[in-house]
Amino acid sequence: MAYDKFNVLSSTVVPLPTENVDTDQIIPARFLKATEREGFGDNLFRDWRYDSEGQPKKGFVLNDPTYQGKILVAGKNFGSGSSREHAAWAIYDYGFRCVVSSFFADIFKNNALNVGILPVTVSPEFLDEIFEAVEKDPNTNLEVDLKRQTITLLATGKSESFDINPYKKANMQNGFDDIDYLLNLKEEIVDFEKSR
Amino acid sequence: MEKKTLFDKIWDAHVVKSVEKGPDVLFIDKHFIHEVTSPVAFLNLEKRGNSVLFPERTIATPDHNVPTEGQEQTIKDKLSRMQVERLRENCRKYGIELHDLGSEHHGIVHVIGPELGVTQPGMTIVCGDSHTSTHGAFGAIAFGIGTSEVEMVFASQCIMQAKPKKMRITIDGELGEGVTSKDIILYVISKISASGGTGYFLEYAGSAITSLSMEARMTICNMSIEMGARGGLIAPDETTFAYLKGKKYSPSGKAWDDAVAYWKSLKTDEGADFEVEHHFDAADIEPMITYGTNPGMGIKIKENIPTGADLLGSNKKSYQQALDYMGFQAGEPIKGKKVDYVFVGSCTNGRIEDIRAVANFVKGKQKAENITAWIVPGSKEVEKLAHEEGLVDILKAAGFELRQPGCSACLAMNDDKIPAGKYAVSTSNRNFEGRQGPGARTLLASPLTVAAVAITGVITDPRELAVADYAGV
Repeated sequence: MAYDKFNVLSSTVVPLPTENVDTDQIIPARFLKATEREGFGDNLFRDWRYDSEGQPKKGFVLNDPTYQGKILVAGKNFGSGSSREHAAWAIYDYGFRCVVSSFFADIFKNNALNVGILPVTVSPEFLDEIFEAVEKDPNTNLEVDLKRQTITLLATGKSESFDINPYKKANMQNGFDDIDYLLNLKEEIVDFEKSR
Repeated sequence: MEKKTLFDKIWDAHVVKSVEKGPDVLFIDKHFIHEVTSPVAFLNLEKRGNSVLFPERTIATPDHNVPTEGQEQTIKDKLSRMQVERLRENCRKYGIELHDLGSEHHGIVHVIGPELGVTQPGMTIVCGDSHTSTHGAFGAIAFGIGTSEVEMVFASQCIMQAKPKKMRITIDGELGEGVTSKDIILYVISKISASGGTGYFLEYAGSAITSLSMEARMTICNMSIEMGARGGLIAPDETTFAYLKGKKYSPSGKAWDDAVAYWKSLKTDEGADFEVEHHFDAADIEPMITYGTNPGMGIKIKENIPTGADLLGSNKKSYQQALDYMGFQAGEPIKGKKVDYVFVGSCTNGRIEDIRAVANFVKGKQKAENITAWIVPGSKEVEKLAHEEGLVDILKAAGFELRQPGCSACLAMNDDKIPAGKYAVSTSNRNFEGRQGPGARTLLASPLTVAAVAITGVITDPRELAVADYAGV
């Protein structure tokens, strides 16, 4: 088992309405020098979160105690850019288990699923609704139900269903990853390689 | 018979198994690794008690964090040194071919793969780096992966991938003078947007593409990811075969003839289906530059910075945030803006053709006083050729600083950082906030444009400087 199982998550949210949040913002390259996977959460959104002296920047959402929770809600095209899995590690390590957006970059989405973060794609209208609801009341909860594939804004009862590949869904529910699957195929793979 | 795209042909030939309602188990021919995205994969591999299944299918080089000065000495930065040493240990332990710092074939992984002939048509190629798409120029399916997937390839030589949709980008016609392949790709991204290719694998076609050299094709495929596409490929042809002939790992003798015969079959069947098709006219492409904080925010150098009304798929707030970061106003001309740094290098434009183009352009001229000019060859081989061809002398005489091979200021993991607030016109691939150093402001452009900017000190259309000969990139 590679990470925590994911079933139903009900949580307040951290809103980040910026579009095209790229992986260099999620974790700048100069923080990729570790040889182990630990402590990346400290540098999540580093240059938006801290000034050059290392002091927290006022006005950035992670420095605002009003907003807390296990769900990050972000503007469209979240996670564009580099393939660094460190971006997903930083988000997970900070404490998020789910990212909601109207559009995700491909590699980030793959990486998120591989480390146990559920990326949930909603319609642009629903995304706006979530941002508005959270702005009105920071204690607004979102409920993400993986089994039913639904995301619900508890304040209004508005709900949308989301897509996830059935294989990836089963992995998330059971905390399995692709390596478990691939290792069971080793003989087939070795035969395939010989035939090439 | 079913009509297939080039992408389908290669993909289908590498599916070990299709998971019901799930992804395909895709066999990987070649795996490139570097010091930054591999250590945790090795660590997890060990934790689970696994080994590298086919070590001869992986090739390694340190490139991302390495210094570009004093590579002969021990790396001063402790964390960088540890990553490079860990790569050496792991390669020794598992029997993986390493092209180490200072060795004959050291360089940026996407530059040395093609130079060595490791990259070949029809292959599946992955690397823990999003610019792996570069290798698509050879008619290979090549894309970037995360560290979990690097571990999968070590353990099983496979990854689990859902087959993406297909998009063809056709560019016909002849490029104008002073217009390069970098301008083609910046133009295409500005039309399709930084996310317009997400979910697709691209094929580039048309006479403006097939007339390009391999180096120029690599520049185009390299930036496929900047549209959100995992990769992009170009059908192999005589240009491809001529490039590969005689390379270290290219087949030879009868094996070469057999390989070429197979490679010739690697093209999209007439009438094969693409979910999306785009057509562009090469005559409409002119020297390009970016003005914002994603590669889709590009314009012709002669144009003004767009006002909110004509922006592409971006909301007003995010657009304004980008302009504020860059210190630009909507509606003003980009031409004539003062620049502080120029950077020539990276897996996008750090090849010998790029260095030739810059050297030819600046020959006999002097860089402007306000400009710091860095030129970083993509590999030891590029560096060697640049010396042999006398390009280094020309560049030094013009005031350029030549550094040793590596990713360098493209992502500023080493000391090659642009200071906060300064403007850099760069041949690299990303203009994200802080990409070239915290607070740095990056404008992406072609090597020719960068050369012109180096001379004038301000944003300049290279066609406006008297140029004896364009290098034809």
